[in-house]
Amino acid sequence: MTEIMIAAAVVCGVGIVIGILLGVAGEKFKVEVDPKEVAVRELLPGNNCGGCGFPGCDGLAAAIAKGEMPPSACPVGGEAVAEAISKALGIENTETARYVAFVKCAGDCEKAKDVYEYVGPKSCVLAQNNPNGGPKACTYGCTGYGSCKAVCEFDAIDIIDGIAVINKDKCKACGKCIEACPRNLIELVPYDAEHLVRCNSHDRGLDVKAACSAGCIGCSLCAKNCEASAITMDKNLAHIDAEKCNNCGVCKQKCPVKIIT
Amino acid sequence: MDILLLAIGAALVNNVILSQFLGLCPFLGVSKSVNTATGMGAAVIFVMTIASAATSIIYYGILERFGLEYLNTIVFILVIAALVQFVEMFLKKKVKSLYESLGVYLPLITTNCAVLGIAISNVQEGYTIFQSIVNGFGSAFGFTIAIVILAGIREKLEYSPIPESFKGTPIVLITSGLMAIAFFGFSGLI
Repeated sequence: MTEIMIAAAVVCGVGIVIGILLGVAGEKFKVEVDPKEVAVRELLPGNNCGGCGFPGCDGLAAAIAKGEMPPSACPVGGEAVAEAISKALGIENTETARYVAFVKCAGDCEKAKDVYEYVGPKSCVLAQNNPNGGPKACTYGCTGYGSCKAVCEFDAIDIIDGIAVINKDKCKACGKCIEACPRNLIELVPYDAEHLVRCNSHDRGLDVKAACSAGCIGCSLCAKNCEASAITMDKNLAHIDAEKCNNCGVCKQKCPVKIIT
Repeated sequence: MDILLLAIGAALVNNVILSQFLGLCPFLGVSKSVNTATGMGAAVIFVMTIASAATSIIYYGILERFGLEYLNTIVFILVIAALVQFVEMFLKKKVKSLYESLGVYLPLITTNCAVLGIAISNVQEGYTIFQSIVNGFGSAFGFTIAIVILAGIREKLEYSPIPESFKGTPIVLITSGLMAIAFFGFSGLI
């Protein structure tokens, strides 16, 4: 009997001592959390998507509370969240331009030619292991197996007719699809950018034509006719600088392959 | 020299995962990428070394004195859980950078059977306090080696054409079985 009593007493004693020590340590090592940080954290969406560049919403909340980032730094929350945060912190809301993701390819099933039939797993990343990086003749364009759609947390990407299409209104510019695309086809563009080149092929015009009827052939007609000199040619591919573009639409009219939106 | 042999023996010959089959949960759970596996490994090294010291002090200081050796499991788990909590609080306050890099893995280790297993085998083998610390560190280092290697293999496996029925956990279990056979080769080392 006494043995049981001793055993119980020892375990209880150890438990009580540890409990007291932890309690004391809890008080002693208490980390002061900035109440501002808590308030900001509650207003953020909490997806922990990492679109702001911080590992999670906690990191951004700390940075906003310290004033290192503007209240509008959360790309997901948009204006509503930015306003709520700036109200909570009592600082002015500085506007930032809204960005959306954009897929630089218009080669859908009809326009882009296939060189073989592919029956492998429906994943762009895995399709890259095959000859030509997938069945499409063009090695630059969208393979359409939806690796970007799979990582999108906002349901903003649809695979329509063999290419990824971004729903501008749902896109929060978190940048996950940009990382997911094995062909680096997706980039962030300003929400109000009207004219963009929907092609990523750096091949020469002849090769592009052989592979896809919706490819930039590098004729540079758009660049020559651009009033704002916003279009540059980079290795047989036109690129429109959205900052300089004044949306005059001349490039769209001049493009012989109609790939400028 | 004996100490060195003890450490190498714990890390390679008696590898906690591949020859003692302890701590398999994090071995399968957090081995998807080398980065997280390294974080987990670092956290295990940290906790196991401290836990080995604390449990053997308690064992020799309290349990053996009262003749209560049979209570070691229950007391050790209490001590390890409290220790991890304490270390977490301490790091959060004093060494914020280490706390952030260990992240979520630190509290996960509270109930890792490898930590308890090593603490119990320390006293079963009759190691002194210093030997226990070395054994704890060596074992945790072996854990880190195994989990980082598995994570490296799994990263490559992502791009391999695995038969449908083997996808996910089955192929990982087969891989770890093959790794265990490879580690079996170390058994003649000491």
